Amino acid sequence: MTITRRLLAGTALAALALPALAQDAEPGLIIDLGGKFDKSFNESAFTGAQRWVEETGGDYRETELATEAQREQTMRRMAESGANPIVVLGFANASTLDAVAPDYPDTDFAIVDSVVDQPNVQSIVFTEHTGSYLVGMMAAMASETGTVSFVGGMDIPLIQKFACGYAQGAKAVDPDTEVIVNMTGTTPAAWNDPGRGGELTRAQIAQGSDVVYAAAGGTGVGVLQAAADEGIFSIGVDSNQNHLHPGSVLTSMMKRVDNAVYDVFSAEEFTPGVIVKDLESEGVAYALDENNEGVVTEDMLQAVDEARMQIINGEIEVHDYTTDNSCPVAY
Amino acid sequence: MDLLTVFQILDSTIRLATPLLLACLAGLFSERAGVFDIGLEGKMLIAAFFSAAIAYTTGNVWLGLLAGVAASMVFALIHAIASITFRGDQLISGVAINFLAAGLTVLIAQDWFAQGGRTPSLSGDGRFEPITFPGADELRSGFRQARADDLEPSGLSALYWDVISGHTILVYVAILAVPLTWWILFRTRFGLRLRAVGENPGAVDTAGISVVRLRYAAVLICGLLTGLAGAYLATGFNAGFTKDMTAGRGFIALAALIFAKWRPFYALGACLLFGLLQAVEGRFQSIGLFGFEIPSQFMQALPYILTVVILAGFVGKAIPPRAGGAPYVKER
Repeated sequence: MTITRRLLAGTALAALALPALAQDAEPGLIIDLGGKFDKSFNESAFTGAQRWVEETGGDYRETELATEAQREQTMRRMAESGANPIVVLGFANASTLDAVAPDYPDTDFAIVDSVVDQPNVQSIVFTEHTGSYLVGMMAAMASETGTVSFVGGMDIPLIQKFACGYAQGAKAVDPDTEVIVNMTGTTPAAWNDPGRGGELTRAQIAQGSDVVYAAAGGTGVGVLQAAADEGIFSIGVDSNQNHLHPGSVLTSMMKRVDNAVYDVFSAEEFTPGVIVKDLESEGVAYALDENNEGVVTEDMLQAVDEARMQIINGEIEVHDYTTDNSCPVAY
Repeated sequence: MDLLTVFQILDSTIRLATPLLLACLAGLFSERAGVFDIGLEGKMLIAAFFSAAIAYTTGNVWLGLLAGVAASMVFALIHAIASITFRGDQLISGVAINFLAAGLTVLIAQDWFAQGGRTPSLSGDGRFEPITFPGADELRSGFRQARADDLEPSGLSALYWDVISGHTILVYVAILAVPLTWWILFRTRFGLRLRAVGENPGAVDTAGISVVRLRYAAVLICGLLTGLAGAYLATGFNAGFTKDMTAGRGFIALAALIFAKWRPFYALGACLLFGLLQAVEGRFQSIGLFGFEIPSQFMQALPYILTVVILAGFVGKAIPPRAGGAPYVKER
């Protein structure tokens, strides 16, 4: 509510006081449901935009969706305010953007996590399955019980892609590794339910899991908290979440949405089409910093770095769930 | 399914039922006195926020609890003034409280912490830690040792170390609140008058007892209990406040209240049932049963399906307090 109002006031002011600004074309960023400070996906995008601000001294427009129903009006308002290029976050915007983009042919759009086939849209997708494969390997190596688990947010193919990559990685280390997969829900509310995330984690721990990987937006905060409370390892997602519970967070599967936003904002020339951010371009990576160097062993690093190279040069093929909506390993 | 799994589900049930139970008892006091309260949700939410915010800023969860209860009681007071003193519509006042809480919490949180309407995560003394009963740890490690030695222990001891021990203090408070509520309502003079005021306020007034004062007392007790429920959500169940974190629990508590026919021990049963359904759903999201896979979507819908079935078919006739919903106007 407040943010929308602030945005309204902001755009109104900009239109009144600085009409020239519209032609100057500030970039725009539309933050998805889950919120700017979800410590995960959206926050990563926000961090990228902030880095651009710091480095260039420029200004950008930002708005945050409050409900599902606002997608189209927010996107249109952003385009009409003269922002260019506009970055929208999340798969859920794909159909809306597909309808909106043709109405603003002079505005460049970029969508993260989905492919929209329009001449003025850049689609940025990540190979989350390969990054998840690597953290799955680390999970299986860190596990003492031989059972690792996964808590997803909303039950959609994109999140299954994380789960499937993770399961493949864990089973690559030891085919007998058991992988428990739970989804928080089937509506967007599943991105923002830390209580339920924590409860699912406790249920998984009760089933023997001692490493849990959360790919659940704001819900993941509850997953990581429960893991820290119960004294098991957890794996963060999207942003580097190692600092949340040092010593309990084994690593984070970083999806460099921040780099993607930064690149779009600072690009000299806009390139439409699909851009794939993979292990090689460090679009996805596992996180290693001072918070988790005590828990990540040399063996893990060696194995994971080797697997990373093998994935890059094609020796290991990690199945992408979204290509056929099925996963070759059982979980 | 072994015994240990059963106990683990029961453990989860108790955690999930606690906020429902506190809110349900809160509604019980208020509605027994003739003041309908659909603002349970909002009062829990404001309490959750203030308990988390104060626990974070002071680092003391007890101060947080106090702040949460105070905030909830202020909201209860608003409800009381609107619906008792000014004889407004109780439902509208309740709805207003829900909206007010939903907006106010996020607004204040954003202004205060600038984290998108949430408080920072609580840690250490900022949250309620689980209480371990004497001997629970020994029993637990004994069980684990036995399992590691392939002795196949029955897991019966888990009833003590998993289900009974190891919850935060507010869980035990909630369970003790059930007999206490029963005692207050059915064994004290105050309770008798409170029930009478919900059935026939005219008679109470004729006896020379203030209807207004009794109803205020009931609504404030309601505020106290929703305050505990909210504080539990933010500082015991979770570690911090997030936007709309009550997630409809206030309304489920209302359903439980009707289901329980406005009786304390029935309320305990109803809330445990709702908690159990949620716990089962969390545990068996997509598990094969009798050779075929039950889709997780069905398991997620199950609590709601059963609620409808139980409410429609098995509960019998639920009769609310007769004077419920009607403001009392003194006869001249």
